[in-house]
Amino acid sequence: MRKTLIGGALAGALVLAGCGTADDSSSDSSSSGGTTAVKLQLQWFVQAQFAGYIAAVDKGFYKEQGLDVQILEGGVDIVPQTVLAQGQADFAVSWVPKALASREQGAEITEIAQIFQRSGTYQVSFKDSNITSPADLRGKKVGNWGFGNEFELFAGMTKAGLDPGKDVTLVQQQFDMQALLRRDIDAAQAMSYNEYAQLLEAKNPATGQLYQPADFTVIDWNTVGTAMLQDAVWANSSKLESDTAYQETAVKFLTGSLKGWAYCRDNAAECRDMVVKKGSKLGASHQLWQMNEVNKLVWPSPNGVGLLDETAWKATVDLALTTKNQDGQTVITKQPTGTAYTNEYVQKAIDALKASGTDVTGASFKPETVTLNEGGA
Amino acid sequence: MRRRLRLVFGAVAALLLGAALWEGYKAVGSDDGASLFGVRVLPRADDSAMPHVLDILRRFGEPELAGGDPIWLVVLDACLFTLRSVAVGFGVGAVIGLVLAVVMQRFRVVERGLLPYVILSQTVPLIALAPVIAGWGGKLSLGSYPWQPWMSVATIAAYLAFFPIAVGMLRGLHSPAAIAEELMHSYAAGWWRTLVKLRLPASTPYLFPALRLAGAAAVVGAVVGEISTGTRGGVGRLVIEYSREATGDPAKVYTAMIGAALLGLAVAALVGAAEFLLNRRRRVLV
Repeated sequence: MRKTLIGGALAGALVLAGCGTADDSSSDSSSSGGTTAVKLQLQWFVQAQFAGYIAAVDKGFYKEQGLDVQILEGGVDIVPQTVLAQGQADFAVSWVPKALASREQGAEITEIAQIFQRSGTYQVSFKDSNITSPADLRGKKVGNWGFGNEFELFAGMTKAGLDPGKDVTLVQQQFDMQALLRRDIDAAQAMSYNEYAQLLEAKNPATGQLYQPADFTVIDWNTVGTAMLQDAVWANSSKLESDTAYQETAVKFLTGSLKGWAYCRDNAAECRDMVVKKGSKLGASHQLWQMNEVNKLVWPSPNGVGLLDETAWKATVDLALTTKNQDGQTVITKQPTGTAYTNEYVQKAIDALKASGTDVTGASFKPETVTLNEGGA
Repeated sequence: MRRRLRLVFGAVAALLLGAALWEGYKAVGSDDGASLFGVRVLPRADDSAMPHVLDILRRFGEPELAGGDPIWLVVLDACLFTLRSVAVGFGVGAVIGLVLAVVMQRFRVVERGLLPYVILSQTVPLIALAPVIAGWGGKLSLGSYPWQPWMSVATIAAYLAFFPIAVGMLRGLHSPAAIAEELMHSYAAGWWRTLVKLRLPASTPYLFPALRLAGAAAVVGAVVGEISTGTRGGVGRLVIEYSREATGDPAKVYTAMIGAALLGLAVAALVGAAEFLLNRRRRVLV
């Protein structure tokens, strides 16, 4: 009976499409009982890549700031910067090149913090393939994910004097790393904190043991010099311009988030447990590996965590303008217009954290050594 | 009783045959599959592409994560979660489909105007639609009840489910012979009477196949909707999460896929049971 009631109500809502708009446009920072409700849209499911935000919720760092933060998970077809631009979230986490492309298509968003200072994208191959630099990719089968995830690879190949359209065979890669392990492709795209770990969690049929880092060669785009900026926090441009309450919320949100990231730097295992508790389906050793690798991307942050390095921004924009993928497309066609980024709010957040005694540079950060178990368990 | 025994025997035999074919191909097929002009026409038969049936079954009994619930329980939970979206989506889709069919039958001009759009609705790619529907999440509410992510999934299921019912029922409502309609006319029966006494009973042979199709479509819609929007809790989400672990744990993906397939079978069985009950009742009445 209840089902039919809900069904009927649903049908009504469908027929009246649009008439069911909630009374309060709930995604606006509506205050309730002294706390401000904030929605954060992630790029993917909950995993250690987003540990800082999760820790800030669990440890009450947002609450200290008077915020009630709800974390929205991503999905295959969820584009965080679109969700943000449409007003269904207050802040979003997105890679810089993808967000720049969305901006060019009309999304009014502004970067307010650069959480990952470094890129986590690798191109991985078996050691015996002797691919130690992008130039060695000539004539090889090169896996890539496409959908805007491939531009560092293409920039690297172009820099090495290769024509990605002619000199290599490009292969569309799946979510898993089986194609590389079976040698269907010679080099595979992998995130240091995810797919690379999956390789090390798989059994090598030749030895009966897990694959070892020594079995692979890694091309790191940070070293090659074609890295592009990744996880950044984006905000709604027009609200940022005119809405003083939103500006204050932005500073508070960043203060809480950065405190979360600092906490996860010093308490990797505890943050791993929080992520696992949030219902991540990836195993515990995999998540600890991911936490550790993500920490390496965030820390150390010599200028302060979350502060955007303008040289790196310029390098990312230049690569986004000039690098062509196999279809001859670039990420963006002209320089970003309007306020694409601002360090104003993150600087305030850093100052606030410094004043309260939080280490915001992580100069003494030392990554751990994580042992992966089979299947990441 | 013997018929039922034969049915059970047939179902078990079909399952065994499926498993035997799987293992048979694994035994004779090349580990590298077979390629024709560079295109793989036969799948690989190695353990990471096609795990042994026993390994998959064993995986059901092992915990999902170290120290967690066994996979069968996780998959069952997820299937039940998805079943709610399927049921609501199916119900809403059925109501919309029925209403559309009746209106289209009643007004010729509506049929001509609407039917192309009904057909067009099914050619819109789901991946374009899903984020839009998911986006309602922050904006809609049912009275004081906020919009839940699973409702977006149910909406996608309804969107796929209404179509076969609208088209099938329209056909069914048109099915009575002209002579029967004229008889009703001679009784001075109005449109409503004719609908209830003649057209609806005459359309049941068209309705149930349409309902079965709609049930399958609702399952597909719910699973794809979950994958697309990343809705937590359902079996679609499990499929995508487990497929990321295919590198190290290939059997795990198949547990979620089998779960989704069983969900489809369960929904088909429910529709079949409804048909059986309704037919029996009608036989008693007649």
